[in-house]
Amino acid sequence: MGTTEDSAAAPTPAATDWKQVQASPEFTELRRRLRGFVFPMAGLFLAWYLLYVLLADYAHGFMSTKLFGNITVGLVFGLLQFVSTFVITGLYVRFANRVVDPAADQIRHEIEGDSQ
Amino acid sequence: MINSVLAAGVEGSNPTLNISIFAVFVLITLVIVFRASRSTRTTTDFYTAGRAFTGPQNGIALSGDYLSAASFLGIAGAIAIYGYDGFLYSIGFLVAWLVALLLVAELLRNTGRFTMADVLSFRMKQGPVRTAAAISTLAVSLFYLLAQMNGAGGLVALLLGVTSAAGQAVVVAVVGVIMLIYVLVGGMKGTTWVQIIKAVLLILGAFVMTVWVLGRYGFNLSTLLGDAVAHGGKTGEALLGPGKQYGATSTSQLDFLSLGLALVLGTAGLPHVLMRFYTVPSAKEARRSVVWAIVLIGIFYLFTLVLGYGAGALVGPETINAAPGKVNSAAPLLALALGGPVLLGLIAAVAFATILAVVAGLTITASASFAHDIYVNVIKKGDRESATSEVKVARWAAVVIGLVAIIGGIATNGQNVAFLVALAFAIAAAANLPTILYSLFWKRFTTTGSLWSIYGGVVITIGLIIFSPVVSGEKTSIFPGAHFDWFPLSNPGLVSIPLSFLLGYLGTVLGKDKADEDKYAEMEVRSLTGANAEKASSPATS
Repeated sequence: MGTTEDSAAAPTPAATDWKQVQASPEFTELRRRLRGFVFPMAGLFLAWYLLYVLLADYAHGFMSTKLFGNITVGLVFGLLQFVSTFVITGLYVRFANRVVDPAADQIRHEIEGDSQ
Repeated sequence: MINSVLAAGVEGSNPTLNISIFAVFVLITLVIVFRASRSTRTTTDFYTAGRAFTGPQNGIALSGDYLSAASFLGIAGAIAIYGYDGFLYSIGFLVAWLVALLLVAELLRNTGRFTMADVLSFRMKQGPVRTAAAISTLAVSLFYLLAQMNGAGGLVALLLGVTSAAGQAVVVAVVGVIMLIYVLVGGMKGTTWVQIIKAVLLILGAFVMTVWVLGRYGFNLSTLLGDAVAHGGKTGEALLGPGKQYGATSTSQLDFLSLGLALVLGTAGLPHVLMRFYTVPSAKEARRSVVWAIVLIGIFYLFTLVLGYGAGALVGPETINAAPGKVNSAAPLLALALGGPVLLGLIAAVAFATILAVVAGLTITASASFAHDIYVNVIKKGDRESATSEVKVARWAAVVIGLVAIIGGIATNGQNVAFLVALAFAIAAAANLPTILYSLFWKRFTTTGSLWSIYGGVVITIGLIIFSPVVSGEKTSIFPGAHFDWFPLSNPGLVSIPLSFLLGYLGTVLGKDKADEDKYAEMEVRSLTGANAEKASSPATS
């Protein structure tokens, strides 16, 4: 930060041995924890969304069942998709702020500090 | 009811008032765009606004980019006419953002500079992969752009009562020219501010109408739904459950499944959405921008649920179907029923502003891809000298794209090109997303794999559309008389997306080239840690 250079890339990458960083325990731990969170979570919300689409597509009777007043199962299911989207967003942000950012910042400082 | 008079689109609409409100919006945004131009000098300024927007600002702009006139007028109208099935769209459009949040946004921000191709070509052979990614970017952006410009023609018929072909052509041209001024003068900074203003107006307008509608029903959703059913005629009860639009046959059910897949996987592959992640200073801000976008877009779609059923209840499907613009007239007619000509004028102006902002975002993305990917990195092979002329080339590319959009919008005027939006999502989901995910997460992925999944996705998607009922075979087709519709689905995603993932895999396994392990190490470390990521340039002084 602070420099006004525009198109020139940040510090020359040649100074960093990327494979060494990639193999370091700090980095493999960061990658393991990140993937351990985002992959299952992505699988979960895609499966949940697909279940919803399939129900809406093929289970008309079930989805049109009225729960109370004119509120149907389908409407509640749809609103739950909104709720789950907001909840997963919140969970990810909390995870990223607590786990990913500190580990990533530390590795980044080591790399950028070394090459300047 | 159907107006023979030229000067009344929606009955009760006041075209002079509508145009005046819209003119005020254009005037204010132009002032802001010209102010923004003062600090737009370098390539980074032009493409990414110096990466100086905050997460919340970019999040609002993302929602402005995403909530097109189609999702405002189209979804509200679909809910009014088809009930629950209209609601299904909005859920796909929203859930899709989780793909961007969890898998794409931050990693892309950390590795790329200006375009989607920066990331896709990071560890591959520059020339071929950049060319492929740029072709896909241009295809998605142009299809989307054409749908918007075509929509502008329909919208003026609806809101200003301009029904002559010549009059609509003039309006499409005016929209194109104002959009070009935004892009050429204001660059990404000006375009972003236009999107922010428009998003705020759109969401506020929808909020006011939602509260108004709910107020009529004592803030009881169930009562509102009941009234929509009562006004829905013989099949009114069907509004509350799924199936009214897509439930007719097993083919239409598969078609819906296919659409649902393209919606949820397409968003994180839309180049104009991806490019917005470069306008913030860091991956953390990119994350914050997605969070803001998810919240705003989610709330907005909840509003459209109320507005759609509200239009069904307070205006009625018969009146909506009889109005010019049919389904698209539901929200404007509701505004008229609630707040008279003034509210209609405001909503009409917001709808126009929406088209302007979205086409500006698309044009800057397409022009950046041409200038940065094709001109600088493929034609000039990354030559340092060419970087100085990059912005100039991007501006000329924007002019050409703007002209193509204007001509295309006029040429397709009166035809139903709504399928183009679905097509853009389908290409983004089939060609872009698999390639992005493989690039970021799969060590062995190669240049051959990239080319197979990008070109495979583009060609299969467009090919299936050509041989679908969209183009021939049915009354609503582009060529109703011809019959080459051997592919039964109008939405190709169900076939094209898995095939494209498979092609990326096969290209990698069968191709002779090996993955560049050093470049992958660099890409992986940079994408996860943000090391050596492009920094924000200090504002104004550079």
